[in-house]
Amino acid sequence: MASSGSITSGEFIRHHLTNLTYGRRADGSWGLAESGEEAADMGFMAVHVDSLAWSFGLGALFLWVFSRAARKAVAGVPGALQNFVEWVVEFIDENVRGSFTAKNDLVAPMALTIFCWIFLMNLMDLAPVEVVPRALGFAGVHFQKIVPSTDPNITFGLALSVFALMLYYSVKIKGPVGFAAELTMHPFEAKNPLVKILFILPNFFLEFVSLISKPISHSLRLFGNMYAGEMIFILISIMFYSGARLADITAGGVVMTLAGGLLQFIWAVFHILIITLQAFIFMVLTIVYMDMAHQRH
Amino acid sequence: MNINLTLLFQVLFFAVFVWFSKKFVWTPVIGALDARKTGIADKLALAEKDRQSAEASRRDAQKAVEDARGEAAEIIRRAEQRGGELVDEAKTRARAEGERLVTAARGEIETEANKAREALRAEVGELAVAGARQILQREIDPKAHAELLAQLAAKLSAPAQAESRRS
Repeated sequence: MASSGSITSGEFIRHHLTNLTYGRRADGSWGLAESGEEAADMGFMAVHVDSLAWSFGLGALFLWVFSRAARKAVAGVPGALQNFVEWVVEFIDENVRGSFTAKNDLVAPMALTIFCWIFLMNLMDLAPVEVVPRALGFAGVHFQKIVPSTDPNITFGLALSVFALMLYYSVKIKGPVGFAAELTMHPFEAKNPLVKILFILPNFFLEFVSLISKPISHSLRLFGNMYAGEMIFILISIMFYSGARLADITAGGVVMTLAGGLLQFIWAVFHILIITLQAFIFMVLTIVYMDMAHQRH
Repeated sequence: MNINLTLLFQVLFFAVFVWFSKKFVWTPVIGALDARKTGIADKLALAEKDRQSAEASRRDAQKAVEDARGEAAEIIRRAEQRGGELVDEAKTRARAEGERLVTAARGEIETEANKAREALRAEVGELAVAGARQILQREIDPKAHAELLAQLAAKLSAPAQAESRRS
């Protein structure tokens, strides 16, 4: 860490991008990884304790607050919390009504969950990068990434869940044959049955790529934005801490510290927009994908 | 960038959260919103009904007031008519009574006048006789000339009667 004085910027960044990983070590025993390399060596049989804890905690926080308001919800004059919850619910409902034309009671609550959950996960990005990891460092926890949406496991987990639901409803609504036809009869169409058969392979190739690209772009968009944002926060904090270390030697250090602080503020303000927008985009894409799954041809 | 079991746990969390959110957040909140919507619609309908009934009552009240006003005017008209009748009646009765009184008074006056005339006539007759008796003391016998004297008295009463009629 910066305060130790012997750490390079590269190490600082790498340290901040390493999850607290619990998994099977090389010798076969289970435990927390001591370094990034060891965590990577654990392969698939490992969990990112920090990502999952923050992810679960934030999701639970959202559900706790909202369900508390929902349980006490009255048709009469709503209280402040109920008012807020109703505002969010109506906002989601409006979006779902706008994009989702079929009838499915699961889509709107799913959109609500996705929007609020991802928003809260992204919001962790605004916490200064050093505060929580260092506080936990004193408690003996050496790695900590507090923004779950900078972990591809989390974003892919969400996107693949949505993708699975999309496949499920595609098959359920269109039928296996209808879904297969959707994958093989477009975009090249023909009246002649023979030509139709000839077109199946290229059509399938194009449609399959487009199908597979959906969860990938869905998750990578969120992951990429949050990861890049987090990276910039880390770089700004390097500037801040380096300046602070140089401050007693040169006046340039003071300027660097102040500039770092200012940049941190500016980027955080800008980031408020990004985290909301990314949560919103993820939700809208979910709704759109679900709508595509419900379209009959 | 390690893909591992974290992903499967996240899928699990997602499933549980979506289920929970649908059951304990979305459904009750939407239920409350719908209940409020129908409640407001009901109240608006009720208000409209109340407004209409109030309008009807207002019309009824106005009609009642107008009826009452007409009735009152009718009563006043009848009362005035009756009053006029009473006054006319009273006037007629008063006139009749006055006439009766006048007639009675006139009769009484005539009776009194006749009585006075009779007395006067008798007195004049006696005075005339007494006068004549003093002038003709010796030769006139009252018994032989009584008829003559009665004729004289009758002649005297005729001009007196004409005089009383003139008054």
